[in-house]
Amino acid sequence: MKNRLRVLRAEREWSQQALADKLEVSRQSVNAIETGKYDPSLPLAFRIADLFGLPIEEIFLRD
Amino acid sequence: MALPSSPAARRYVTRLSVSMGAYMVTLIGGAHLFNNGMVSGPLLWLLALLPGLSLVGAFYAIGMFIIEQKDEFLRMLLVRQSLFATAFALSVASVWGFLQEFGLVPNVELYYVAILWFFGLGLGAGFNKLTLGSAGWCW
Repeated sequence: MKNRLRVLRAEREWSQQALADKLEVSRQSVNAIETGKYDPSLPLAFRIADLFGLPIEEIFLRD
Repeated sequence: MALPSSPAARRYVTRLSVSMGAYMVTLIGGAHLFNNGMVSGPLLWLLALLPGLSLVGAFYAIGMFIIEQKDEFLRMLLVRQSLFATAFALSVASVWGFLQEFGLVPNVELYYVAILWFFGLGLGAGFNKLTLGSAGWCW
């Protein structure tokens, strides 16, 4: 699944580690999600959406 | 090696250290007592059980690490690593077993399957790195 996480993070000038800390996950998790190698669970996707103040479908896009 | 960062990782390191310490002590101590004919009967049974049970402790430590890992991506890496190790150990044991049955390879003690499994964890980490870009926990 594609996503806009890298762009959203860059807009806020957050490092991967900073985003990982805010989400309480590992930096590897953020990297895997950004590169499309891992699709997060629904609870984590909601946490990401809440953090950016956006609906899930504006962050995660259908293939 | 960096210190484990999460409470789950710290508990895993503690449990694994205790298990492997017990394994070394019971293996070396048991072999010494057995080779010198110092034990027999029920005590010999107990002595023979202890190294294997220590390895069970190591499997328990790994299983608990999977259960207690809060990070879902790292937990998935651990599960993939363990599945890879299981497939590797069972595959080698199966093929070797039939080669052995036909007299083509020497007899190997069954406890080597556990060593194969731990070796498979390392291969599983490499598989994770190749396919997902992250090895996960380095055992």
